[in-house]
Amino acid sequence: MSTTATLPARTRTGLGLLVLAYLASLLAYGLVGLGLRGRVPNDLGAYGIGLAAAFVGGWLAIRWLAPRADPVLFPVAALLGGIGLAMLYRLRPTVAGEQATWFVLGVAAFVAVLFVIRDHRQLDAYTYTIGLGGLVLLLLPIVPGIGHEENGARLWVQLGRFQFQPAEFGRILIVIFLSSYLAGRRELLAAGIGRFGSPRAKDLGPLLLAWGASLAVLFLQKDLGASLLLFGVFVVMLWVATGRWPYLAIGIALFALGAWIGYSAFAHVQARVDIWLHALEPDKVHSFGYGQLAQSWFALASGGLVGTGLGQGSPDLIPFVASDFIFSAIGEELGLLGTTAVLLLYLALIGRGLRVGLERSDAFGTLLAIGLTTTLALQTFVIVGGVTRLIPLTGLPLPLVSYGGTSRIATMVALALLVRVSAGPWVRTRDRER
Amino acid sequence: MGPHPGPGALMQRQIRRLGLSFVGLFALLFAQVSYIQVFAADRIVAMPGNATRQIRAEFEVQRGAILAADRRTVLARSVEEPRRSVYRFRREYPHGELYAHITGFYSRIYGRAGIEQAFNAYLAGTAPELAVSNVADLILGRPKQGATVYTTIVPRLQEAARRGLAGLRGAVAAVDPRTGDLLAAYSTPGFDPNDLSSGTDEEIRRAWARLVNDPQRPLTSKAMQELYLPGSTFKLVTASAALEAGFGPESLWPNPRVLDLATTDDDLENFGGSLCAGGVARVSLRRAFQESCNVTFGEIGLELGAQALADQAIAYGFCPTLPPERTDCAEPAIDSPLPFENGRFPAPPYFERRVPAIAYSAVGLDNVLTNPLHLALIAGAIANGGDLMAPRVVTSVRDAQGRVVRSFDPEIAGRPISPTTARRMTDLMLAVTQGGTASSTFAGFPIPVAGKTGTATNGEGRPPNAWFAAFAPAGTAQTPRIAVAVIVLDGGDLGNEATGGRVAAPIARDLIAAYLGG
Repeated sequence: MSTTATLPARTRTGLGLLVLAYLASLLAYGLVGLGLRGRVPNDLGAYGIGLAAAFVGGWLAIRWLAPRADPVLFPVAALLGGIGLAMLYRLRPTVAGEQATWFVLGVAAFVAVLFVIRDHRQLDAYTYTIGLGGLVLLLLPIVPGIGHEENGARLWVQLGRFQFQPAEFGRILIVIFLSSYLAGRRELLAAGIGRFGSPRAKDLGPLLLAWGASLAVLFLQKDLGASLLLFGVFVVMLWVATGRWPYLAIGIALFALGAWIGYSAFAHVQARVDIWLHALEPDKVHSFGYGQLAQSWFALASGGLVGTGLGQGSPDLIPFVASDFIFSAIGEELGLLGTTAVLLLYLALIGRGLRVGLERSDAFGTLLAIGLTTTLALQTFVIVGGVTRLIPLTGLPLPLVSYGGTSRIATMVALALLVRVSAGPWVRTRDRER
Repeated sequence: MGPHPGPGALMQRQIRRLGLSFVGLFALLFAQVSYIQVFAADRIVAMPGNATRQIRAEFEVQRGAILAADRRTVLARSVEEPRRSVYRFRREYPHGELYAHITGFYSRIYGRAGIEQAFNAYLAGTAPELAVSNVADLILGRPKQGATVYTTIVPRLQEAARRGLAGLRGAVAAVDPRTGDLLAAYSTPGFDPNDLSSGTDEEIRRAWARLVNDPQRPLTSKAMQELYLPGSTFKLVTASAALEAGFGPESLWPNPRVLDLATTDDDLENFGGSLCAGGVARVSLRRAFQESCNVTFGEIGLELGAQALADQAIAYGFCPTLPPERTDCAEPAIDSPLPFENGRFPAPPYFERRVPAIAYSAVGLDNVLTNPLHLALIAGAIANGGDLMAPRVVTSVRDAQGRVVRSFDPEIAGRPISPTTARRMTDLMLAVTQGGTASSTFAGFPIPVAGKTGTATNGEGRPPNAWFAAFAPAGTAQTPRIAVAVIVLDGGDLGNEATGGRVAAPIARDLIAAYLGG
């Protein structure tokens, strides 16, 4: 049987990649210490042991709970996490310990999801419960008394002394809901539309609903990034599920309309566009938003091809460098080589994620993999495009790398789901295509 | 199998398309990042807004000092911080605002200006000429040090300028006519560069906000970087054009009370509407210059025509413009190590449909603009036998061991007038301080001074700007050693009563006295 033959090979691949990821992460941490203070960090040993525990823990969980899972996903994610931790230690040494804890908790969440959900199709049974849950989490920060505002966006929920961004998890639930919903309706939705015709009014319902929800996120929480991501993921999933271009076209038109409404209604959206266009003008470089984006460019340009070296640049000149702008800090200290490596790691994750979708035999599994992968791809594109001034900046964390506990855990949960789908009932590509 | 049918070929096709789209999006990211980090990196890194990064690297090196012409007075220096902070050295300006527009500032947040900017590569020790000295430092284990910049600034003149402008808004520029050396450049209100160079980030930001929001623009030197109507001081140029065109100092011109200008309601009058030279029927160029008769000079301008007038102005370094569209100066004729706006004079096409504007331009109004440094250089050209010198601010740069790594020679910017015209212009200018519009200021002054007053209108309802341009010692067998120009804005302390002779000339006189010891 080919299965027994491929299994050890996959395991070996995964373990080899993981060891490489571990060594690179540890090396980065050590180099930051050398760059900043001229000596190896005192806690390098403890850090190495903690990191090893997390990496091995994740790997063992996959080995036991999802043995046929994709071998690349976890090591690549672990390496991105390791790079992120080294960068955060460099940028904000005081929070490095806390962020390392979040990283370990993220791996724990990863293991827990693999443990609880033994077959992704379990999730297909609770379509509307999950959808409602997602919606509640998405809109929870609006509830007075629970939600509160930070930096102009209402994203946070305070529970006792613990605060988090429920939308990060809400987004995952919404993706599960959409996978389940579209897997059941995709033929109906596809049939409702001719190849070049326009869809019937009632088939536009879900699209308009998602649009409304995205606008609600924008209006009630003033969160441009989350709104964009939500709608983008929905349109892509609808398009993939139905194979009908008009949905994509209408989606883009609705996006344009939403963007126009947002632009007219909100000064902060207008400001984002103005900053995007004029960030580098000499008389604006010293005002806040413009300066932030200009500093991002300066940081990237100072890095050049090979970077200044970890701990040797001045990424602290960029406001909020540890969250939204961590990519620019990587660019300054690791150069084009570093930024290219990071982008390639994301591309590897995305490529493997899409492959999981291709290899699934059930529409739900396929759509779930596509939805989770699309979320990751769009989020990465939007934030990297934003800090490099390719598109207007909308604040989103760089997945697995940026500062932030909720985002780190949510991304690991999404990754666990992707790993779970990849490990599902195995269908060999060759068998299916013949 | 689950409850739903499988994905089938349709979704697989869609996923491949999606994959291609993502590859496309990431290709855009790669392109953008490569553009920023490699292709445009040098240009982006060199942007002025990025000075903080460059300066942080520079703060690890003891930056060179900036010294006055006496080679002792320190205009700027770097001192080691007593306790190691983020930065090893602090930039200090011992004389506060006095030399602010010359040294400029050196701020870790807002970058550099003035000499700190123009000679940064030497001061920071990164200039290629310093490479050998840097390697020697490395081998000998000496700390790397920036080079010292020796300027032409004369402290006692700079201090005299500050005394003269105390309580006033205005500016002074003084040059050595023979070399173009900038002896003094002072402008009020100014600023203290220490405010931008040392202190906490918060203090520096607050100081910056105060300075950039001040409508008086204290960061900008009124002596070099702003432009004003020259008024009657421009008669230096008009008279030069007349002499170059063959009219003698004794050539005679009609002397009406007003110059009736065709196609305009605005006739040209003499200052205060008076009659020139006691109302004689025909007045000489000498007398008209001495008493600053606008009507006569309007006539001279019309007689010479736009081309001759513009040619003379351009020869003196004025930048041709075409108002109202084109007023900036793309190619300044007079180079300067410090930011320096050359004056402006409209190009001949401007006058084609505006013949009366020639008369106004001949007396330094309409769209003619200049500043004290340009005017001092013009007076200097007359003093220097017709050679217009480019301003020189730095004579040499020396490394930490005192070796000269770079020296700067005087440079001639042009030859606007012949030696004969220069001699005749000197005579005319001497007449101004001897019986002319500045005679009361120079009565009993031991040094012969050649000068020209100006009182330029300054917009409806505002007191005029008072001008004086001069050089000394002037006359046969004298070698002029200083040329100076003064502007006092909005009439100074005399308001509407202000004239160049009463408000600006005394300041120039005190500067000349301070320099020549009169």
